[in-house]
Amino acid sequence: MTLSTLLSADLPYWAQSLLRVLGGLVAVLLPAGTIVYLFLFKMMSFMQSRLGPMEAGPQGSMQLFAEVGKWLQKEDIYPARADKFIFKLAPLIVLASTFLLVVVVPFGPDAIFTDFESGVFYALAVSSVSVLGILIAGWASANKYSLLGGLRAAGQLIAYELPMVLAVVGVVIQAGTMNLQQIVVAQNAGSMFGFSSLGNPYVITQFVGFIVFMIAVQAELTQTPFDMPIAESELVSGYMTEYSGFRFLIFFIGEFATAGVFSMIASVLFLGGWAVPFSWFGWTTIDSIDNWMNVVGPLILFTKMIAVVFFIMWIRFSYPRFREDQLQKFAWKVLIPVSLANIMVTAILKVAF
Amino acid sequence: MFASDVLVAQNIGFAIIATIMVVGALRVVTTSNVVHAALWLVVVLAGAAAQYVLLAAEFVAITQVLVYIGAVMVLFLFGTMLTRARIGAESDLNNKNWFFGIPVALALFVAMAMALDSGFGSQKMPADPAVATTQEISDQIFGPYLLPFWALSFVLLAAVVGAIVLARRD
Repeated sequence: MTLSTLLSADLPYWAQSLLRVLGGLVAVLLPAGTIVYLFLFKMMSFMQSRLGPMEAGPQGSMQLFAEVGKWLQKEDIYPARADKFIFKLAPLIVLASTFLLVVVVPFGPDAIFTDFESGVFYALAVSSVSVLGILIAGWASANKYSLLGGLRAAGQLIAYELPMVLAVVGVVIQAGTMNLQQIVVAQNAGSMFGFSSLGNPYVITQFVGFIVFMIAVQAELTQTPFDMPIAESELVSGYMTEYSGFRFLIFFIGEFATAGVFSMIASVLFLGGWAVPFSWFGWTTIDSIDNWMNVVGPLILFTKMIAVVFFIMWIRFSYPRFREDQLQKFAWKVLIPVSLANIMVTAILKVAF
Repeated sequence: MFASDVLVAQNIGFAIIATIMVVGALRVVTTSNVVHAALWLVVVLAGAAAQYVLLAAEFVAITQVLVYIGAVMVLFLFGTMLTRARIGAESDLNNKNWFFGIPVALALFVAMAMALDSGFGSQKMPADPAVATTQEISDQIFGPYLLPFWALSFVLLAAVVGAIVLARRD
C-alpha cells in the first residue's frame, strides 16, 4: 500500500522516501499555485469587474512566477528590536504544519503517503501547530499591531478548532473509522436506502457537519469574514506586518497551501474523496479497484478541492468582516451547540439503524 | 557486540530524542525570557510525543501534540503575551527559592526513577511492537476504565464551572 506499488516496482527505501517528499511538495505547492492564480488573481478580478494580471504569459498565467521571483530577490529585513531567531522560525512552523497535514490525505487506492489508522485525529492535531507559529510571529516582530494580530489569531483558531473537531466526529461515527482511506471507501461502497449508484457521500447525511466544518475551515484559514488577525484596515497586516521578501512568501504559500489541503480533507470527509461510487465499475472492496484509479483519483480529488476552494473564496470575496465579539459568540454559542446536537443525532441514528 | 534482543535503532532514536528533551528542559529553567522558556517547553513536549511514536503508541502521541502543543502551550503563550512578554532578557525571572527547589526536584526524579525501575525494570520492548490502535484504546477506556474516565470528566466539569464562577462577577 505505498507509492511503490503504484509504479509496479520494488523500490529501495530511499527512493520511496524521495518519491514521498516529491509527492508532498507537489501536493502542497500545486494547489497553492492554482488557488492563487485561479481565485486570488482571476476570480477576485472578475468579481470586482477588472481583468487582473494579463501581461505575463497568456491571460497572465505566468504572473505567479513573476511574483515569486520578485519576493525571492527582495532584501531580507527584520525590525531592529525583533527577536531575530524566533522571527525567522515562525513562518517555517506555519509551513511545516501544512506539510505535516498533507501526509494523511489519500489520493488513490495505492497513491497514499501513509495508511494512518487515526488519520483524522492526526490531521486535526497537526493543523493546530500552525497557531504556535502565528502567535510567535506576532510576538517576535516587536510591533503592537503584530502582537494584536497574533493574539487575535490564537483566540480565533482555538475557538474554531473545537467545532471543527466536533463536526468531524459525526463523520467518524458514521464511517466507524478514523482512517481517511477507510472513510473514502465507506462513502463510495455505501448506499443510501438501498440506492447505491451515488454511493453515500457524507455531505448528504452529515450536511450539518459539513456546513459547520466549512465555516470552521474558513475561520481556521483566516479568510474574510474571519480575517480579524490580518485585518488590514485595523492592524496593517496583523502578525505578517513586519514580514517581507521570502519570509512573507512562506506565510503566503502556507495560507493558500493550507486552504488547498483543508479543502482536500473536506472532500475526503464529505464528498467521497478520490473515488467514484464503486458500483459504477462493479468494484466491491478497495482491493478490487483498477490500477488506473491511482492516476485518475488524484485528478478527481483535485477537481473536488478546486470546487471546495471556490466556495471558500466566493465567501471571502463577498462578505465583510465579523466583529471580534461576534466571532467568539458565533463559535461558542452557535457552532459548538449545533455540532454537539449533530453528534447526538448521528450516534442515535447509528445505533438505531 | 550487541545481544540479539537489543533494539539498536530504537535505542539510538531514544537517545537522540532524550538528549534534546533534557537540553530543552534545562533551557526552560535557565533561559532569561518567558516566551523562550515556553518555546523550549514546546520542544520538551514534542520530544515526549516523539518518544510515544517510538513506543508505537500513535494515539497517545497525537493526543500529546493536540492537547499540549496545540492547546496548552498556545494558551500559555497567549496568557504570557497578554500580560508581560518583553523581547530580550529579563533579570527578575529567577525564583529565589531555587535553593529548595533543586533538591525537591532531584528527590522527585529519584523516586520516579526507582518506581519505574521496580515496576518495569525487567520488561523489554518487543522487537516488533504491536501498534495500539485507537479502537483498542477506546475499548479499554469505555470498558474496564469507565469509572476513572467518568471521575476525570467530573474533575474537568468542576474546573469549567469554577472558571465560569471566577469570570462572572455579577
